[in-house]
Amino acid sequence: MKSFTTHSGLVGPMDRANVDTDMIIPKQFLKSIKRSGFGPNLFDELRYQDEGFPDQDNSKRPLNMDFPLNWPRYQGASILLARENFGCGSSREHAPWALDDYGFRVVIAPSYADIFYNNCFKNGLLAIVLKEYIVSNLFADMEAQEGYSLTVDLSKQTVTKPDGEQITFEVEAFRKNCLLNGLDEIGLTLQHADAIKAFERDWQEACPWLFGAVK
Amino acid sequence: MAGKTLYDKLWDSHLVKALDDGSVLLYIDRHLLHEVTSPQAFEGLRLADRQPWRIDANLATADHNISTELTERMGGVQAIADPVSRIQVQTLDDNCAEYGIVEHRINDVGQGIVHVIGPEQGATLPGMTVVCGDSHTATHGALGALAHGIGTSEVEHVLASQCLVSQKMKNMLVRVDGSLGEGVTPKDVVLAIIGKIGTAGGTGCAIEFGGEVIRNMSIEGRMTVCNMAIEAGARVGMVAVDEQTIDYVRGRQYAPANEHWDAAVAAWQSLHSDADAVFDMVIELDGRDIEPQVSWGTSPEMVLPVSASVPDPQYIDDPGKQDAAVRALEYMGLKANQPLVDIPVDRVFIGSCTNSRIEDLRAAAAVAEGRTVADSVKQVLIVPGSQAVKKQAEAEGLDKIFIAAGMDWREPGCSMCLAMNADKLGAGEHCASTSNRNFEGRQGNGGRTHLVSPAMAAAAAVAGHFVDVRELMSGAQS
Ligand code: SF4
Repeated sequence: MKSFTTHSGLVGPMDRANVDTDMIIPKQFLKSIKRSGFGPNLFDELRYQDEGFPDQDNSKRPLNMDFPLNWPRYQGASILLARENFGCGSSREHAPWALDDYGFRVVIAPSYADIFYNNCFKNGLLAIVLKEYIVSNLFADMEAQEGYSLTVDLSKQTVTKPDGEQITFEVEAFRKNCLLNGLDEIGLTLQHADAIKAFERDWQEACPWLFGAVK
Repeated sequence: MAGKTLYDKLWDSHLVKALDDGSVLLYIDRHLLHEVTSPQAFEGLRLADRQPWRIDANLATADHNISTELTERMGGVQAIADPVSRIQVQTLDDNCAEYGIVEHRINDVGQGIVHVIGPEQGATLPGMTVVCGDSHTATHGALGALAHGIGTSEVEHVLASQCLVSQKMKNMLVRVDGSLGEGVTPKDVVLAIIGKIGTAGGTGCAIEFGGEVIRNMSIEGRMTVCNMAIEAGARVGMVAVDEQTIDYVRGRQYAPANEHWDAAVAAWQSLHSDADAVFDMVIELDGRDIEPQVSWGTSPEMVLPVSASVPDPQYIDDPGKQDAAVRALEYMGLKANQPLVDIPVDRVFIGSCTNSRIEDLRAAAAVAEGRTVADSVKQVLIVPGSQAVKKQAEAEGLDKIFIAAGMDWREPGCSMCLAMNADKLGAGEHCASTSNRNFEGRQGNGGRTHLVSPAMAAAAAVAGHFVDVRELMSGAQS
């Protein structure tokens, strides 16, 4: 998994509550054999005027210019500002995959659905919880100022505004450690690589027929 | 100190490390792969810039969504009509080629349903831990292995580390003593077990199947029983190693040979529960009480002896079960108290990792021989579990028996077990199926699945409705 230490980037809005994972990535895209490539279909139904389907050339589709993330000023956004209960609904891991593939590294919202929140951390995406009024203030600041950027520092647990004001956020120590070191569950297991190798040596000695037969 | 169960022994021998939170790292000897649950796992490896830990632990095959029609199959991957299926199969081919994983491709001699080819090739062996991104992996436990299904993220985990983070399950023993009557098969035994303990009866448990009936059962029969452990809620099903197990394994393609054979056999001798082992739960059945079974509802526990009638929900006490029965009868288009033998059959499916091995086909052919499919039956699909099973069946002339009876002899794959390919039920159609799940829509939207043994499925095909296969068997003799 990608590690996350600090990130500075343009802020983009998703200004509605209860955005569910089907809205983040509609079900027709789940047939894919990949976990990358979902970026062009992030928020597909809001983002385009037509209905999307897999393997289509999305660059030719008519954009919905009422959707703020399509506005020129938010192009290249890597920090998503969202409202409460973001990521509710189905447990699809495709939702954080799509956000990540689009280019988001951080989501800031007052609250998230549980599974989505977990899935973000499993996929190197930092989901920050800030109080509702703070998120509202950030929305106002972002709208008032084109090119509004924030700097996030995970080890210090701070979000720094352009004027230098720092907001602190909470994150569980275990999640923080995994993300800082780029440790996913596989990464954690691989921290025991020596133990696995030692086991494997003994096991091969005891049961040599279990090794090398299929080749 | 109490002795160990078979599960305890397999668990202990694969323990790499105990972790702080009470889980352990368990070493995995064999990882089986197929096209549906592996693509994102390989993609994950690539994104994380990781290599598979041990290539020779993996074996792959294409089975879930390939066609069973010879004409479409002859064209290979390129000829797969459904583009989504084609891409999945192609992706498996590409991934296996890239990493050097042995794969039995769509028309290779070793191709077949993943749970059929593992034991058949000696790729799954006694004493192994075996995993696959498929819930019917417990099948391999019939050889005295610790085998269970895993999800896509775990497929990636095993590929990358050869380990799984695991939590120990409880020990459950299901003893089937006595003996089975004529016409009563392993499928009937496992359906009777599920009927007795329910689909949640084994939740959180590793089930060991034991007792005289299991001891006297062939290895293929034991696979049928272990296969459906998951339908009793248990991820793991297993049977102790005995002489039959060792005879079964001997000489298979990937089985130990030469100097390793004796050492392996010696090691396998201890793969049984100790006499003084203590199980958390013990369930007992008497084989003499088991009749051929037919499922009537939309859950595998909704199953009864063929002589019975569809239950009347008003006499079911548990309100949850009563409710479920009412809904099931509605979906299945059945009336309370209707004899099971009065249910007409539209299609018949003989196949799946539960019942597509040579013994299953022999049992079906024994019933089909000299008979023809009833006019009212639209289709009878006979889908061998692997290329090897197909070849063996053809060598024995079973294909000719099926074809003469008016049945379709197909190419190996999962087929109508889950209807990811063109083999599907139409809405409202009743199917006598040797597969393992009768969930709503499992075999096609609106389809109505009745789980039965291969012999019972063949009997239903010729009768046009469910029938006690034992009547046909005595008829054949007179
Ligand atoms: S035959 Fe059915 S249950 Fe078995 S692996 Fe294939 S789809 Fe799964």
